[in-house]
Amino acid sequence: MSMLTMAEQRVRVTFAVRWPLQYASVLDMGRLWERLLRRAGLPVAYTQGYNPHMRMQFADALPVGYTSDCEAIDIYLGERVAPSELPALLQRYAPPGLRVSDAVEVDLKAKAPQALMREAIYRVSVHTEATPAAIREKLAALLERESIPRERKRRGRLRTYDLRELIYELAYLSGVPPRHHLHMRLRCGSHGSGRPADVLDAAEQPISDLRVHRIQLVWGQQEEHPS
Amino acid sequence: MPIDRETIRRLLTRVQRPARYAGGELHAVTKDWEQIDATLALAYPDVYEIGMSNLGLQLLYDAVNQHRNYLAERVYTPWDDMASAMEDAGIPLYSLETYHPIDAFDVIGFSLQHELTYTNVLTMLHLSHIPLLAADRHNGDPLIIAGGSGAYNPEPLAPFFDAFCVGEGEEAIVELLDIVHRAKDQRWERNRLVRAIASIPGYYVPALYEVDAAPNGMLIPQPIEEGTPSAVLKRIVPRLGPVPTKPVMPNMRVVHDRAMVEIQRGCSRGCRFCQAGMIYRPIRERPVDEIVQAVDELLGNTGYDEVSFVSLSSSDHSGIQAIVEKTLEHHGDDGVGISLPSLRTDAFSVGLAESVQQTRKSGLTFAPEAGSQRLRDVINKGVTEQDLVETATAAFQRGWNRIKLYFMLGLPTETDEDVLEIARLVTDVRRLGREIRGRRVQVSVTLSTFVPKPHTPLQWQPLADQATVQRRQRLIRENAQGRGIKLSWSDWDATWLEALISRGDRRLANAILRAWQMGARFDAWQEHFRPEVWREALEACNLDPTRYLGEWPLEQPLPWGVISAGVSEAFLQRERKRSLEGTTSADCREHCHACGILTTLGERYPESAQRAAWECP
Repeated sequence: MSMLTMAEQRVRVTFAVRWPLQYASVLDMGRLWERLLRRAGLPVAYTQGYNPHMRMQFADALPVGYTSDCEAIDIYLGERVAPSELPALLQRYAPPGLRVSDAVEVDLKAKAPQALMREAIYRVSVHTEATPAAIREKLAALLERESIPRERKRRGRLRTYDLRELIYELAYLSGVPPRHHLHMRLRCGSHGSGRPADVLDAAEQPISDLRVHRIQLVWGQQEEHPS
Repeated sequence: MPIDRETIRRLLTRVQRPARYAGGELHAVTKDWEQIDATLALAYPDVYEIGMSNLGLQLLYDAVNQHRNYLAERVYTPWDDMASAMEDAGIPLYSLETYHPIDAFDVIGFSLQHELTYTNVLTMLHLSHIPLLAADRHNGDPLIIAGGSGAYNPEPLAPFFDAFCVGEGEEAIVELLDIVHRAKDQRWERNRLVRAIASIPGYYVPALYEVDAAPNGMLIPQPIEEGTPSAVLKRIVPRLGPVPTKPVMPNMRVVHDRAMVEIQRGCSRGCRFCQAGMIYRPIRERPVDEIVQAVDELLGNTGYDEVSFVSLSSSDHSGIQAIVEKTLEHHGDDGVGISLPSLRTDAFSVGLAESVQQTRKSGLTFAPEAGSQRLRDVINKGVTEQDLVETATAAFQRGWNRIKLYFMLGLPTETDEDVLEIARLVTDVRRLGREIRGRRVQVSVTLSTFVPKPHTPLQWQPLADQATVQRRQRLIRENAQGRGIKLSWSDWDATWLEALISRGDRRLANAILRAWQMGARFDAWQEHFRPEVWREALEACNLDPTRYLGEWPLEQPLPWGVISAGVSEAFLQRERKRSLEGTTSADCREHCHACGILTTLGERYPESAQRAAWECP
């Protein structure tokens, strides 16, 4: 196999992230995928230039510590393969904690997956002595607010944003103190992503042992423009 | 009983870089404890990223796990956030394969590579709820052993360890597990087990030695009973064992994040300051075919895009050209890069480096070590100024913009004139680079400080004094300035502590324990290192550091004399004398200097101690 620079095919692979891979950062995840693709011997297309690397794109960066059922990566191949054979092949070479669930072909000219991200649905589990009713009340109060201005450090600079705009659904699901389960549907994508930890912080609900599991990424049909 | 993963997950919500502590990586070997006769925890006293990069531990992990009835698992030092999270939660240190508490293992084997990691050994024992002192451990406690280059002067750590494995451990560790297995089966008392270990070649059991003060005050270990050897001869493997081709694949960035193949062990150059060059004798080259096959398997199993040919002097392997060519032939089209970690200063090496770095010309590193020819002759660094100029010229002509040069300060007989020669060389190399490449040329210069290490011809020399070293660092800063020159130099206090511990005797163990109790942690990390704690600890133990750091009398015994690296003291003294006279000694592939290795190890390994097999002339 030699380094191919022309992409002949693009496949979108969906995968789950479990222990211990939930602790890999997005950069680590990129390296893990490069190595996985090399082990599997797939004819991946490379970028051209001084320091060529494999052409691939993640739909969204999964924060360190989160598990997921729905991560996606677009892989550009220099030779065509049968997408239906990919999940089994990739799984054979995958590190523990990575479960490949699906692979479909995507038009080479289609928008980058990051540009199509709209929402992410989370199941959030927390540890607190508060009663379900008290938690419900705090969540309701948060949803009542018209805006929730917050600051976030990004690339070393403090940036203000409105967290309220990023929350689409927020609900108490079930639980027995001290363990409670919440549902969150938050904006996700290149125009801002809501973080479950920030939502709980804004709701002034002190917690420990936050556990976040991403259930679903909601994709749009075309690129979104900032309003 | 293993620690529940849920418990660990809760801990990991509280720490930075949780991937360090999660384990379960690809190719980690997990065995059923019920089916196992003896268990070993391989411990590295530094963080995961550093420990995972250590090739020696990978060799031992592979050697032990190849045995059906034995297992080896890994453990590293938790960073302070994790250490306090564990203590708060009452969770002991655990292994990364099966999350067993470390004190559930039969043996904990520490790798000692650097003196400034020694306090982390105590942290790890403490977090494992294991008594720090060997004398306080009982039948149910694990056996605590150590290996690595630090075992060549075991005395400063002697009270903490049940045994030291001196030299190469691939076979010795399995022999130890054989004995541990028998001891478990037959329910031996701890004393009996420890004695049995002392009878395995290469193991030093400090409890079987008492210390006597030499006239200069140093504590010298002496066998308590007749029959205990007065010096423990290191172990070697007569030929290199198989290359581990399924290394554990980290889920986070580690220091050496690439495939590693050891192509050669030992070095024939005979640099007089170099401990590795003395203790890793004799030379054993791995055959080219074996290397090429290992590279194929490793890259297939790992998916790495870079392979490093590990050796003390990569360009000295007689088949290095073929190794590089075959690797490029098999994998060059896949974008696999080759790194040659230690290159000789010559045009051949530049050619070699060029053939492996078709696209990425990151930087070439050379180590002239001293500025003047006179001083390079003193340390027997067989590099001339002409070599350096030719090498730099070749590198610049072939497209490199960056050259890294390593020098040492504080060498024996060094004068300010010698040091000014470093500044001149650096400036010359930069000028050369500018003539050939233009203004973007960069010369990076690393100035370390010479530490007189045990088992080298310079072991009797003093550590240079602080004022001299710092003045000479300044001299270079003042005389090698300007665009394109980047200088870095070592911190005096770190050098001081390294020298102190590496030359220490058994008394120094008190100071190590005291410093740890006073909060010394991760001394190799600038953000943690607190030299004042060490000074207070030394004072509290009534120890005068200058006694360890001064010149040592030739005729008196040394604390590390209880260990034999196979090299005779007569040879070291001869080399010392030649050093101070400024006489060089030829590469020992060309001329035998009768270092003693053929005699000492030849007795133990008669068939393989053929001069040809070890590259001895």
